[in-house]
Amino acid sequence: MIYRETGQFKTSYASDQQLFPILQDRVFVIGFLVFAFGVMPFVASEYMFRAILVPFLILSLAALGLNVLVGYCGQVSLGTGGFMAVGAYAAYNLAVRVPDLNLLVVFVLAGLCATIVGVLFGIPSLRIKGFYLAVATLAAQFFIDWLFARVKWFTNDSSSGSVSAPPLAMFGFPIESPAEKYLFVLAIVVVFALVARNLTRGAIGRSWMATRDMDVAAAVIGIRPLTAKLSAFAVSSFFVGVSGALWGFVYLGSWEPLAFDVNRSFQLLFMVIIGGLGSILGSFLGAAFIVILPLALNQLPAALGIRLSTAMISHIELMIFGALIVFFLIVEPRGLARLWAIAKEKLRLWPFPH
Amino acid sequence: MSATARNLTVAFFVLLVAGAVSPMVIGSTKFPQWLEVALGGLLTGVLYSLVALGLVLIFKASGVFNFAQGAMVLFAALTLVRLMEKMPFAVAVVATLAVMFALAFVIERLVLRPLVNQEGIVLFMATLGVAYFLDGFGQALWGSEIYTLNVGMPKEPRIILQGTFEGGVLLDMEDLVAAGIAATLVAALMLFFQKTATGRALRAVADDHQAAQSVGIPLNRIWVIVWSVAGLVALVAGVVWGSKLGVQFSLSQVALKALPVVILGGFTSIPGAIVGGLIIGLGEKLSEVYLGPTLGGGIENWFAYVLALVFLLFRPEGLFGEKIIDRV
Amino acid sequence: MNLRDAEPQVAARTVGEVILAVENISLAFGGVKALSEVSFEVREHEVRAIIGPNGAGKSSMLNVINGVYRPQQGRITFRGETRDHMDPRHSAERGIARTFQSLALFKGMSVLDNILAGRNLKMKSNLLLQALRVGPALREEIAHRRKVEEIIDFLEIAHVRKTPVGRLPYGLQKRVDLGRALAAEPRVLLLDEPMAGMNVEEKQDMSRFILDVNDEFGTTIVLIEHDMGVVMDLSDRVVVLDYGRKIADGTPDEVRASQAVIDAYLGVKH
Repeated sequence: MIYRETGQFKTSYASDQQLFPILQDRVFVIGFLVFAFGVMPFVASEYMFRAILVPFLILSLAALGLNVLVGYCGQVSLGTGGFMAVGAYAAYNLAVRVPDLNLLVVFVLAGLCATIVGVLFGIPSLRIKGFYLAVATLAAQFFIDWLFARVKWFTNDSSSGSVSAPPLAMFGFPIESPAEKYLFVLAIVVVFALVARNLTRGAIGRSWMATRDMDVAAAVIGIRPLTAKLSAFAVSSFFVGVSGALWGFVYLGSWEPLAFDVNRSFQLLFMVIIGGLGSILGSFLGAAFIVILPLALNQLPAALGIRLSTAMISHIELMIFGALIVFFLIVEPRGLARLWAIAKEKLRLWPFPH
Repeated sequence: MSATARNLTVAFFVLLVAGAVSPMVIGSTKFPQWLEVALGGLLTGVLYSLVALGLVLIFKASGVFNFAQGAMVLFAALTLVRLMEKMPFAVAVVATLAVMFALAFVIERLVLRPLVNQEGIVLFMATLGVAYFLDGFGQALWGSEIYTLNVGMPKEPRIILQGTFEGGVLLDMEDLVAAGIAATLVAALMLFFQKTATGRALRAVADDHQAAQSVGIPLNRIWVIVWSVAGLVALVAGVVWGSKLGVQFSLSQVALKALPVVILGGFTSIPGAIVGGLIIGLGEKLSEVYLGPTLGGGIENWFAYVLALVFLLFRPEGLFGEKIIDRV
Repeated sequence: MNLRDAEPQVAARTVGEVILAVENISLAFGGVKALSEVSFEVREHEVRAIIGPNGAGKSSMLNVINGVYRPQQGRITFRGETRDHMDPRHSAERGIARTFQSLALFKGMSVLDNILAGRNLKMKSNLLLQALRVGPALREEIAHRRKVEEIIDFLEIAHVRKTPVGRLPYGLQKRVDLGRALAAEPRVLLLDEPMAGMNVEEKQDMSRFILDVNDEFGTTIVLIEHDMGVVMDLSDRVVVLDYGRKIADGTPDEVRASQAVIDAYLGVKH
C-alpha cells in the first residue's frame, strides 16, 4: 500500500530521468540523508564512528570505484589495493611537501595521481580480457607494493617504512573528533556517489556497459573500446585513489604498504561481488557486509556462549566469505542489491501476492 | 604460426638468453656461480610448474580457471602432514588422496554443476570463493602453525663438477629430487591422456563440451575425475613445496605465482606449464640475484607478473596455447 | 514520423547512384575460404538482398562491409571513399549501421539504454559535464531520449522499453536490435536475417518496419534473408552467393529464373 507508483505520472523526459523517479524513494533517501547528517553525529557512539561508520564509508567509496571497473565495464581488476596505495602515498607526499595545501585539493590531486597510474595499467586491457586481465592487474599490485616499500622518496625516507599523516584541518577548522571525521567522509562519499550515479546513467555509462556485454557489437555502433575501457579505469582509479587517501589520513592515521596489499584487493572484489556488480547501492551493501561481518563474528560466539580463539574466528571468517561468494554467484549473481530490488518489487505489490 | 608471431617468439627467447647471460658478459660474475643461481632458479621453476600443472589440467578439461589450485596445494599438504602424525606415511598418503577425491566431488556438485552455463569470469570468481573457503577450512581443521613435512627428501646439498670448475657447483639435492618427481608426474599424466580411455574422454571434453556429451561422455563424472587428478597434482606439489618450506599458510600465496606460469606457457598446454615454470623460475632467481642489489631487492615479488603482463601484450595465448578467435 | 500500414508491394522508390561497392573481395579463415572474388554494388535508397545457402558467406560479406573482418583481397568503396578494409568505428561514423544474426544486444541493459547506446556517436558532452549532469550534458540526454522514444514508438516496443532486453521474447529482441541500428540514423542499414525465427505476423510487422525505414528516410538497405517470399516482395535487386562466390545478380525475377541459382539454391518444381 505504501510503496505505490500509481498517480505518479511523468510528463517530461527530464522528470522520468531524475535520480529517484518514485516519490517514496525520494522521501526515503532524503530522510536517510537527514538522519545521516543531522542525527547520527549526536546519537552514535565513538566506537560506532571509529570502527564501523568511517571504514564503511571509505571502503564503500573504493568499492564504488571498483564496481565501475568490474561491474559496469566488465574489466576484472585485482590491483585495487595498489591504486589505493597510490592515492594514500600521493596525498601523504603532497601534504608533507606542500604544507599549506587545502585538504580537499590534496585528495583530488592524489586521486588524479591514482588516475594516471590506473590508466597506465589499464592500457593492457585493450588486448587482454577476463582472467588474463586479472593476472595483469596483479602485476600492477605487486609492482606498486614493491615500489612504495623500496623507494625511500615515497615514504619521505622514513626509517621504519611507515608514514603518518599530518593532522586534518580544513579552512582552519580541525577535523579531530570521530564525529567530525565521520561527517567529513560522509560528505565526500555522498558527492562521489552522486557523480557515480550520473556517470553510469549517462552516455559514458552506457558505453561501459556495452563494452562489458558485447564489445564487438559496441565497436560496430561506434563505441571505441579504447575510450570506454580507459575511461572506466580512469574514473575507477580516481575513486579508489581518493578512498586510499581517506583510508590513510582519516581512518588509519599512519600506515605501511601492507595496508594496501593484495588481500585488500580481494576484499574489495568480494564487496563488489557480494554487494552486486553494476550497482551503486550494491557497492554500499557489500562494504557494509564486509565491515560488519568480522565484528559480528567476534561477538557471536561470546553471545552464544561458545569460546573461540581469534585465530579460529578469522578462519571461520574466511570460510564464510568463500561460501558466500559461491552462494551469491549461484543463487543471485547480482548480489545483495538484487535481493534489495526484489524486496522492493514485492513491497510495491504488497499486500497483494502478485 | 604467422611470421610475426614466430619473429616475436624468437625475439623473446633471444632477449631471455641475453638477459640471463648478461651478468657474465659484463663481468660481475663467473660461470660456476652463475650456474648455481641458474640451476637453483630452474629447479624452483619446476616447483612452480607442478602447481601450474593442476591449473592447466582443469582448464583443459572444464574451461575453468581454478584460482583455488593454490589453496588445494596447501590443503593437501596440511592434511597429509597432520595425518602423518597419527599414521604411517603410506597410509596418510592414501587417506589424503581420498580426502582430495571427496573434495573434488563436493566442488563439482556444489560449485561447478550449478554454474555450468555461466561465463568464464563467473566460474573464476567462484573458484576464488572456493580458495578462500579452503584456506579457512584447512586452517580451522588442522591449525595454522608451520608444520615440518618430512618425507625423506635429501636435505644436504651436493657439490658437483668439482673437476671442471674450481670449487665446484652447489646443487640443492632436494630440488633435484623434486624435479625428478615432477618429471615422472608429467610423464605419467601424458601417458594417461594419450593411452587410456578416460584420458581420451578428458581430451574430448576439453575440445567441446557439447559434442562430448552427445557421444555419451558423462560430463559430471569427467569433472570429478579432472578435479581429483588436479587434487593429486596439488598433493605432489604440496609435498614437494612443503618439504622445502614447511607447511604453512604462505604456501597458497606461493601458488599465486602459478598464474604467470600458466600465462607464459599457455592455458591449455602441459608442456607449456613446464616451460613457463622454468622460464619464470630462472628469470626470477637471476634478476633477484643480479639486479636485486641495485634495485633494493624484492624483485622476486613482481618479476613473474610483469613478465606475464609483457607476454599478454604480445602473445596472449602464451608460448604453446591455442589462439583465441572472436566470432561474431 | 508517422506509422503507416504499408503493403509488402510498394510503388517504386527513386533509386539513386551507387553508394556502396565491393570489388573482388576474398576472405579466408585459416584454410577456409569464406568469400572468393565477390563484387557487386548497392545503389542509394534501394533494398538489396543477399541470398544463398547456409555457409555461402553472406554474414561474412556484411562483416567485411562494416569492418568486423578484413578481407585478404579486394576493395570497398563507400560514399566515394575507397579502402582496402573498413573499420567498425569509421564505418559507423560514415553512416553504416547493422543488425546481427545472433542479436548482439547488450543483455544487461534495458531497451531504452540499448537504443540510446546506438546514439553514442552523436553524443558530444564530456566526462565532467556528464558527472554533474547539468547544462549541456542534461540537455543532450533529453534530446537524444526524445529521438530514441520516436524510434521506440515506430517499432511498437514502448510497452517494454524499461525491461532488460535479456528478458524479452525473441521477436521483440530483434526489434530492439533494429532500433539500435536506426538510432544512429544511418545512410546504409545492413540487416542480417532480420526475420529469422519469426512467425508470419512477426514477419509482416518486420517487413512493414523495413519498408517504412526505406520509404520515410530513404535509408539504403542491404539484407540477408532466407524467406524467398520476403526477398521477392521487399527487394529491388538481389545478389546470390554460393560457396563464397557470386552466382547471380539482378532483379528478383531475373534471379528467380537463373539456372545457376535454381541449381544451387532454389531447387526445381516437380
